[in-house]
Amino acid sequence: MTPVGNVPFETTIGLEVHVQLQLRSKLFAPSPYDSGGTPNTRVSVVELGLPGVLPVLNREAVRLAIRAGIALEGEINTRFHFDRKNYFYPDLPKGYQISQFDEPFCRGGRVPLGHGESGEQRFGQLERIHMEEDAGKTTHTAGGSLVDLNRAGVGLIEIVGKPDLRTPSEAYAFLTELKQIMQYAGVSECDMEKGLLRCDANISMRSVGATELGTKVEIKNLNSFKMVQRALEYEERRQRAVLANGGIVLQETRLWNEEKGESATMRTKEAADDYRYFPEPDLPPLTIERSFIAEIENDMPELPALRRARFATHYRLPDYDTGVLMDDRRVADYFEATAIGCGNAKLASNWVMTEVLRVMNERDIAITVFPIGPDRLAQLIGAQSDGRISRNAAKRVFEYLTNHDVEVDAAIAELGLEQISNRKELAAIVQEVLAANPDPVADYRAGREKAMHALQGMVMKKTSGKANPQLTRELLIELLSTD
Amino acid sequence: MTSEFETACALAAAVRDGSKRAADIIDASLARIAERNPQVSAFVEVHDEDARRQAAEIDAARERGEDPGPLAGVPVALKDNYVREGFRSTCASKILEGFVSPYTATAVAKLEAAGAVVVGRTNMDEFAMGSSTEHSCYGATKNPFDLSRSPGGSSGGSAAAVAARMVPLALGSDTGGSVRQPAALCGIAGLKPTYGRISRFGLIAFASSLDTVSPFATDVDDLALVLSVLAGVDPRDSTSMDTEAPIASVENDLSGTRIGVPEEYFAKGLDAEVEAATRAALEHMRERGATLVPLSMPHTKFAIPTYYLIATAEASSNLSRYDGVRFGPRADSADDLLEMYVATRTHGFGPEVRRRILLGCYCLRQGYADEWYVKAQKVRTLIRMDFDAAFEQCDVLASPTSPIPAFRLGEKVDDPLAMYLCDTLTVPANLAGVPGLSLPCGHTASGLPVGLQLMAAALDETTLFRVAGAYQSSTRFHVKEPAP
Repeated sequence: MTPVGNVPFETTIGLEVHVQLQLRSKLFAPSPYDSGGTPNTRVSVVELGLPGVLPVLNREAVRLAIRAGIALEGEINTRFHFDRKNYFYPDLPKGYQISQFDEPFCRGGRVPLGHGESGEQRFGQLERIHMEEDAGKTTHTAGGSLVDLNRAGVGLIEIVGKPDLRTPSEAYAFLTELKQIMQYAGVSECDMEKGLLRCDANISMRSVGATELGTKVEIKNLNSFKMVQRALEYEERRQRAVLANGGIVLQETRLWNEEKGESATMRTKEAADDYRYFPEPDLPPLTIERSFIAEIENDMPELPALRRARFATHYRLPDYDTGVLMDDRRVADYFEATAIGCGNAKLASNWVMTEVLRVMNERDIAITVFPIGPDRLAQLIGAQSDGRISRNAAKRVFEYLTNHDVEVDAAIAELGLEQISNRKELAAIVQEVLAANPDPVADYRAGREKAMHALQGMVMKKTSGKANPQLTRELLIELLSTD
Repeated sequence: MTSEFETACALAAAVRDGSKRAADIIDASLARIAERNPQVSAFVEVHDEDARRQAAEIDAARERGEDPGPLAGVPVALKDNYVREGFRSTCASKILEGFVSPYTATAVAKLEAAGAVVVGRTNMDEFAMGSSTEHSCYGATKNPFDLSRSPGGSSGGSAAAVAARMVPLALGSDTGGSVRQPAALCGIAGLKPTYGRISRFGLIAFASSLDTVSPFATDVDDLALVLSVLAGVDPRDSTSMDTEAPIASVENDLSGTRIGVPEEYFAKGLDAEVEAATRAALEHMRERGATLVPLSMPHTKFAIPTYYLIATAEASSNLSRYDGVRFGPRADSADDLLEMYVATRTHGFGPEVRRRILLGCYCLRQGYADEWYVKAQKVRTLIRMDFDAAFEQCDVLASPTSPIPAFRLGEKVDDPLAMYLCDTLTVPANLAGVPGLSLPCGHTASGLPVGLQLMAAALDETTLFRVAGAYQSSTRFHVKEPAP
């Protein structure tokens, strides 16, 4: 808290996050849906709002939404209904959005934020979570406005956070954790670039100790978590400067401009929007059986907190590794499959963190389409830890496998990298080297340890690097001392 | 009275047993339409070619030995608020000018699957808002019994088409009496089934919680037949119910039947001739073994204001989709989006529809919704409880359908309140969701039909058909046709 004038002010931040439910059809229409596609090709008569159509609730959406509510520790209402939010816009075909107003499916909930200054666990508290349908997308061009209704009617949940976040970095932590929980719960992949997660932020200042919130400013056009943080930092500075100069903060909505690193007024004090909410008469109120909720609880995939703990205790991974691997649930899944396959968690972790993530970044691909599956990577790690191939050879095999869909054995053979680990075979080679190089042999016997390295190098050279280094050393010592 | 008219039951039976060809039935219906429609203006579009094609298919199917369906070859008319793939639907509104539906309403699909042949679409009050079929972009429909009078509304086109024997069956829609009232004024039978009994998918919405797919016929047997075809759950309508369709009974004995007579339905404002005909019908049923149970439904007087709050609120939202963006005419003079909306909607909707949208928006306004919309919902519950209490004392309720017989065209069109009062006796059933049926029970001295309304508990259409059938089997009012 920075003092402004004589009065110290504190920041309060609230986030509203829309998350697109991972569904194969829209929220109120049975037609199959997958994102993208040529504009206006992913719509049926229902989402087009043609005369006579009616909404029918997608059951799977209810299941996913409730799963999100449970994952965020909210209280699931066993009875809820939908409401109509009325407003006119060309990308809202019916002239109303089916949403939830006074009876959302979930109240409360929280998002863990890590630990505060005195070590206590901090949480971002939630006001509510409700289900609603998405609108279409309007693009304004010089020739006119274009409407794409592919997204119209897509199922969303809106997670409304309480205005109790204290810093822009807490807002960042809130979003990161929220995204991870949604991903782990299988609710949504939360890919912001694809619009699967959208966030509006509001921020206000108040005197320290005050219970009332200050005048709220909303910020829109936030396309990444870092942008949310930067826009809030900017706004925090701006509001503090206004207050420090004796000014007053105006209630407004501001648009963030990432290039300029600043926001500008989009509209001042909402012109008293009246959405004329009323219960959606085409959808009867829902009664959710306790058993349905229990079933969802039992089916709940492992959530981040639990998995984090398990990675630490079961696999004995350092916190750093756990953090890197868990950032994307699918990467963590991949790691886990690899670790189980090869039986060495730390080696698996090293491979995934360095090699796998590097190739993913270079190629800009997701783990789900990574050319080497976890079973194959486990075999490769196995080949290395068995001593069949050297560490360097393993890297060459890995590289090869990213471009060739063959088994590990085939790749090793193809590259001729099989390590010579047969004692008898290698002993013969070592003998030959000793016989052909009397000088370093004499040096070694004269007590010059360095000569050992030279001899080792010669064995490697003779075997094109395939000699097992450990065994080579053992044989050298043995043969040099016996003769 | 012409004797060539045959009911849907008779026609379908004849087609099924091969004694009649669907093609001949459809030709006769189309000829009748060509003869009568110029005076009555019941149809706004006739689908001659398509109807003949369908009839030929039905005949061909029968010749191949296939079952042509329970409504084989029966010509039906559709109110202009049902959609049918490849055909226009406009709700008698300029705002839907040129709209051709890419899909078919469930009710229409069921009729067609049962062998019925759609011969055309019929006139209505714009978006079903009205009780006279005068608020239409196509002009008014006339009552076949007196061409200077209204057929009632809003399903006046379908009612007049059946009354003039152009078709034996027609679909209307009943939100506050829009089928029962025109049935009464046109001397035919009309059924508003239990809310949820028939899928609304493809019925263009006026007020979602009140709208019902509702048929017209000349008699109760035809209503029962068509309901058996239309009833049933639809995965595309979440408010449709999964229950078995009611069966029409052939008994005509009323002994043991308790008929409730709510005093509020015989209050002041009731036309003397209407009251006399209704009382005579009650007496007729008493003589055939029924017991009359006088009772009170004290919240009836709140039905009209409650209805107009709820119906207009829902309509204001349902009609938001007519914005000129995706279909229908768009005002091209506008400079910005808001102006486009205002110009499109002001031009596209008639005055009654605009009035109701404004009323609806008003009662949903932030800060007013509790006072109007929420309170109306509470009163709706009280009205429903009146029905629950009544059905503990009786099996059916009986009353006049309309407080007055057919009124003159133009008489009420500029007096919205007088028009709204036409629905006084019919809106309670919509608010309560219970089934109601209107059937002819007499005529005024000048020959205008009078309708008797029967109402039963939710999903008890069976009792409705039993009582109405018994009354009809011992009276001749329903066979009286208008003079040609």
